[in-house]
Amino acid sequence: MITKIENLNKKFYNKQVLSDINLEIEKGKIYGLLGPNGSGKTTMMRIVANLIKNTTGNVEVNGLELGKQTKNIVAFMPTSNFFPKWMKVKNAVDYYNDFYEDFNREKCIEILKKVDIEMDLKIKSLSTGMTEKFKIALTMSRNAQLILLDEPFSGIDIIAKEDIKKLIVENLTEENATIISSHLIDDIEPILDEVIMIKKGQIVLNENVERLREEKEMSIIEIYKEVFLNV
Amino acid sequence: MKFNNTIPIYIQIMNLMIEKIVSKELKKGDKLKSVREYAIELNVNVNTVRNAYGGLEGKGIIFKKRGIGTFVTEDINIIEKLKSDLSLSVVNEFIMKMEALGYTKEEILKRIEAI
Repeated sequence: MITKIENLNKKFYNKQVLSDINLEIEKGKIYGLLGPNGSGKTTMMRIVANLIKNTTGNVEVNGLELGKQTKNIVAFMPTSNFFPKWMKVKNAVDYYNDFYEDFNREKCIEILKKVDIEMDLKIKSLSTGMTEKFKIALTMSRNAQLILLDEPFSGIDIIAKEDIKKLIVENLTEENATIISSHLIDDIEPILDEVIMIKKGQIVLNENVERLREEKEMSIIEIYKEVFLNV
Repeated sequence: MKFNNTIPIYIQIMNLMIEKIVSKELKKGDKLKSVREYAIELNVNVNTVRNAYGGLEGKGIIFKKRGIGTFVTEDINIIEKLKSDLSLSVVNEFIMKMEALGYTKEEILKRIEAI
């Protein structure tokens, strides 16, 4: 097991954003964290990445309490484009290389080559799809054991989607786990092992996708609609 | 390949491989792609392909050689049996559809002979 979340709660002022989250994340699997906008997906990822504090509850990564050490185990890719305007691809790669001890420069260069992103390009000149691939390349080139991708598919074309899915599938080993948050379920169904549905800060479903298909004879997107339309 | 998301994907991969074996696209004794290679080719999860291989292995259709890889069975009887099972299900489906159109068995046979 790579992560264990127990009775996690998060409040922003008076607003309860996450309530009583209990979750175990195992190595060697790809998880889909699904829910509409504002359901708490990003907040949960940011807590596990130790970027914000939880209000109550316990989160362990690799048996360690959240802290400096776990930050080195978790790689989080935010939705925002976080690079300064002047930066070229190669500057960002160098920056990551300096900043993260576990960064594998060769791996990054290899992935960038695979998705046709040249080192001399200015980051702001990249299309939305290219930017997303670039962010994923950087995130995955860290030798992290838990990879958190926040909405890697939003606003990109189908070809870029296929490339990104391929990168995610290729990157999975017995020693790491990936959590992908998304509200675009159709696209990611075939690459998921497990699905976690989150509604208004609560987990409403946590199951193996193949078992779900077997039991309900429904696709995940149909189940998703059932869960979220029945208010 | 486009999967039907209402049926477990590992079952669809098993069926796909059985079709390849029956049609001799994969011949007896052929080495299969590694689980990882095949997952990347199909753009599905590695564990899904592992389940499909496990299912086929359980039925004796493919077998593992430790440290070498996974192979299509050498047993021609198993392949013949697969072919006959598969053809039977195709025929059954055809008959069901024809019966739904109001054909009797005799009429179905006549219809086939007329081709």
